Amino acid sequence: MKRRDFLAATAAAALPLACRPRSAFPFGGELVGPNLALGHWLKGGAFPEPERFEPISTLIVGGGVAGLSAAWRLAGGGLDDFAVLELETEPGGTSRSGQNHVSPFPWAAHYLPVPDRGNHAVLRLLKECGVLDGFDAKGDPVFAEEATVRAPEERVFAHGQWWEGLYLRAGASPEDERQYHAFFREVDRWAAFRDRRGHPAFSIPRSRCSDAPEARALDQLTFAAWLDQRGLQSPRLRWLLDYACRDDYGSRLETTSAWAGLFYFAARKQGPGEDSRPLLTWPQGNGFLVDHLRRASGDRLRCGVAATAIRPDRDGVLVTAWDAVNQRRLGWRARRVIFAGPQHVARHVVEGLARPAAARLRNAPWLVANLTLRGRPKEPTFPLAWDNVLRDSEALGYVAATHQSLRDYGPTVLTWYRPFAGADCDGERARLRALDWPACARMVLDDLRPAHPDLAELVTRLDVMRWGHAMVRPTPGLLWDPEFLALARPFGAVHFAHTELSGLALFEEAQDHGVRAAEEVLTALGRPGGSWR
Amino acid sequence: MDEGTQPELRAPLLFLSVLLISSCGLIYELVAGTLSSYLLGDSVTQFSTVIGVYLSAMGLGSYLSKFLQRGLARRFVDLELAVALVGGFSAPILFQAFAHTHAFRVVLYGVVASVGTLVGLEIPILMRILKDQIRFKDLVAGVLTLDYIGALFASLLFPLLFMPKLGLVRTSLLFGLLNAAVGLWSTHLLVSQLGPTRMIRLRCLAVLAILAVGLAFAGKFTLAVEEEIFADEIVYARDSEYQRIVLTRGRGSFQLFLNGNLQFSSADEYRYHEALVHPAFGVKPDAQRVLICGGGDGLAVREVLKHPSVREVVLVDLDPAMTDMARRQPMVRALNVAALDDPRVRVVNADAMVWLQETAVAPFDLALVDFPDPNTYALGKLYTARFYRLLQRRLTADAVISVQSTSPLMARESFWCITATMESAGLKVRPYHLAVPSFGVWGFALASKRDFAVPTRVLPGLRHLSDEATAAMFAFPKDMDRVPVEVNRLDNQVLVHLYAREWRRWS
Repeated sequence: MKRRDFLAATAAAALPLACRPRSAFPFGGELVGPNLALGHWLKGGAFPEPERFEPISTLIVGGGVAGLSAAWRLAGGGLDDFAVLELETEPGGTSRSGQNHVSPFPWAAHYLPVPDRGNHAVLRLLKECGVLDGFDAKGDPVFAEEATVRAPEERVFAHGQWWEGLYLRAGASPEDERQYHAFFREVDRWAAFRDRRGHPAFSIPRSRCSDAPEARALDQLTFAAWLDQRGLQSPRLRWLLDYACRDDYGSRLETTSAWAGLFYFAARKQGPGEDSRPLLTWPQGNGFLVDHLRRASGDRLRCGVAATAIRPDRDGVLVTAWDAVNQRRLGWRARRVIFAGPQHVARHVVEGLARPAAARLRNAPWLVANLTLRGRPKEPTFPLAWDNVLRDSEALGYVAATHQSLRDYGPTVLTWYRPFAGADCDGERARLRALDWPACARMVLDDLRPAHPDLAELVTRLDVMRWGHAMVRPTPGLLWDPEFLALARPFGAVHFAHTELSGLALFEEAQDHGVRAAEEVLTALGRPGGSWR
Repeated sequence: MDEGTQPELRAPLLFLSVLLISSCGLIYELVAGTLSSYLLGDSVTQFSTVIGVYLSAMGLGSYLSKFLQRGLARRFVDLELAVALVGGFSAPILFQAFAHTHAFRVVLYGVVASVGTLVGLEIPILMRILKDQIRFKDLVAGVLTLDYIGALFASLLFPLLFMPKLGLVRTSLLFGLLNAAVGLWSTHLLVSQLGPTRMIRLRCLAVLAILAVGLAFAGKFTLAVEEEIFADEIVYARDSEYQRIVLTRGRGSFQLFLNGNLQFSSADEYRYHEALVHPAFGVKPDAQRVLICGGGDGLAVREVLKHPSVREVVLVDLDPAMTDMARRQPMVRALNVAALDDPRVRVVNADAMVWLQETAVAPFDLALVDFPDPNTYALGKLYTARFYRLLQRRLTADAVISVQSTSPLMARESFWCITATMESAGLKVRPYHLAVPSFGVWGFALASKRDFAVPTRVLPGLRHLSDEATAAMFAFPKDMDRVPVEVNRLDNQVLVHLYAREWRRWS
């Protein structure tokens, strides 16, 4: 080999080293839970028996909002002999939150519309949290200023700039305006609706809603079809309503029940013709409420513990579980069990449970990213709001964690949301699971680039949560199906609590089911008291 | 090139260029002197040192001229272009250096020395070019006469015409253009000595173009986009992380602007700051611990420190650039009597609302709230019920608060919105007002958790407030009297909208 060839060969060999791309991102981050591996391993099934079954009055399986609310209600009823098992390392389910050196931040659910005076359980919780200031002269609740979303609440990015509010008024035609008002007149009509017993068509939680046939009929068609029937074709209006479906249900106009579409708007009205209820929020989102709820469980909350089998027998319920932290088998003999997990898990874990309606439930997958920024992006147009939505995006935009903590300058954490809203949930879930961290980070930055070209330089960390089963979809025909509604009924001594049982993924629904299930248990155990609902 | 065989030069016209270049030279000197005394204060020192450095540099230039031997005409044109560039851009360079570096004096004297050296070369070289054309005694007489006359023109026109009409930056760029034009003209006058002129003329045109672009974009070049807006010369400008801070000076006073909004004029700020501070002390004369939110200019602190009972002052201002300027900028420091360096004063650079929410401190017995008007959401939050509740958590039971609350005449609803908001936070509020010529009629709100009487006594020896004048501030004439308005809360920020709507009528 001549010397020149040798040099060339050496250079060629060294080249890939020299040119090896540095990490494509100037910041770190990771995929954080939920624990997909453990969750799916449980489905696989055969577990050896534990050495002994510890007697317990009530075992709550699932430490999301439904399970924690059940525990909160049991403790409130004076029943202390219970435990809560949570598969993940942190409780709260999709109301989980995180915290870093900049700010606490939500991992999914991040607000609560202020409850009306009839939503007793939520009012009780908010009072305990110190958020309910009292009641006004009309008897309506008054909430703490610092917990109510600070103005400006929302803005939308369209035509290369940010605009105040979600509905883009700039450039709207008279026909757009007419249809916008026509839609909200329909909403007002439904907000004013009362059945013969005086029940409203739409209220939160949905257990307070009227089952009158004219209201239930709305569940028989898609929101898109309902809009078509009324000639509501304005692209702006339909964007807004589609956004609402993606935001609250992880589905589209074409796959959402019209009942659910109207519920989103009418249940939040203070009354016909009035504004929507204000929202309550905290830097950590609904993690604030979880932090309070979990106190009722104290050390009876066992994280990293997965129930592997729930077997009703004559003396109660045998529950076996796997303690993933200490790598050991656990067993309980419970008088009552509250299963506060989703139905697709119940199907595998609760022996003998055969409810075909469970197979009809569809859960939308979500991708949530938390971006920690060293400073604020340049904002030449309408300033940073709490909720920041990009109109031309599959994602929902982001909320700013520091907005509610009043920090207008310096580092912040932005929580970015994207529902995988395609019609085929399983296909969407497979797409989500195939995304590794770089693919997620690229997706987030690409999505936000039109609005924030300078964002990548400001990010110091980007963490991602892949929620495989983030929220139940209110598909047409589901919500008032008697077999679906019967999923909430007890199976022997096993009671059920989960937001899924409402067909709507809302904090209030999860809480309502938790409280209901706990009250069923209290009654069964001979401790009936007044209802908190 | 043999100079002796060249055709006769156009001597009288060359004498005219002496007049022009000497005017230019003096203008650069005046620009540097004026600019440094604006920025650094102490004009005697600034002018003396600038003139000293400039003249000695001219001496250096004259000395160096002997080392230039050949191609003098070409050298002369190049020299004109160099002076045009360095002199023309001297004002923009100096403003930028002041805003963005810590070595302003180095840049200042560097620029002055460079311009001086180049200008010092001009006359000797020109005289050598002309020496064979004109008898020496006529040459010396002519050149020096016109040199001094040019200086007279410059020194008269600079303060009377150029400074008021154009400002420093445009003046320096304009004279740069003139210098370059002399260069271009010289290629015509000295054509016989230049040989091929195309390249050198192209150079002249390039320099002219650069300076013309500079002049066209003077607003962007300078710190002073606002030169159009502000009536007076900008003497300090800085974009901090939070805001644009601009000081202007004119007609015997100077002014501070934040994001283009006037914060004070040195001519009448005493009225504002006496009214902000002393009525509160009238209610709580023995106040020892005083909190000031905003007020980074240090002028409220100056008034507070007049009270002998005061032991500790905590000033919470968002912007370190603002409090640094209040400490260091000579004009501002003189106006606040170096108040921020008083041992009783502690400066905290933080968002006052976040600080109140998160910092545990011993309670204060007097608080002064001196924020800019609520024209953004980030400022509007500092006027919410929540803010006044957070503030009260840091106060003693009988503490007194005084809040600047915009104009009750120009923004009547905004003014009463602030009062109503403070009342909703559980405060007893007594609003008052006075005339501050720079602002118009201006309003404040005096408040305490307990009911209190309108103050009737103020510190003796103030410039504006007397006992009688103090009591009179609390009466509201009909056109400023209370109107019903909504309370400003974090979740509605009604004040930002009210304020924008009301002030739109006056702008």
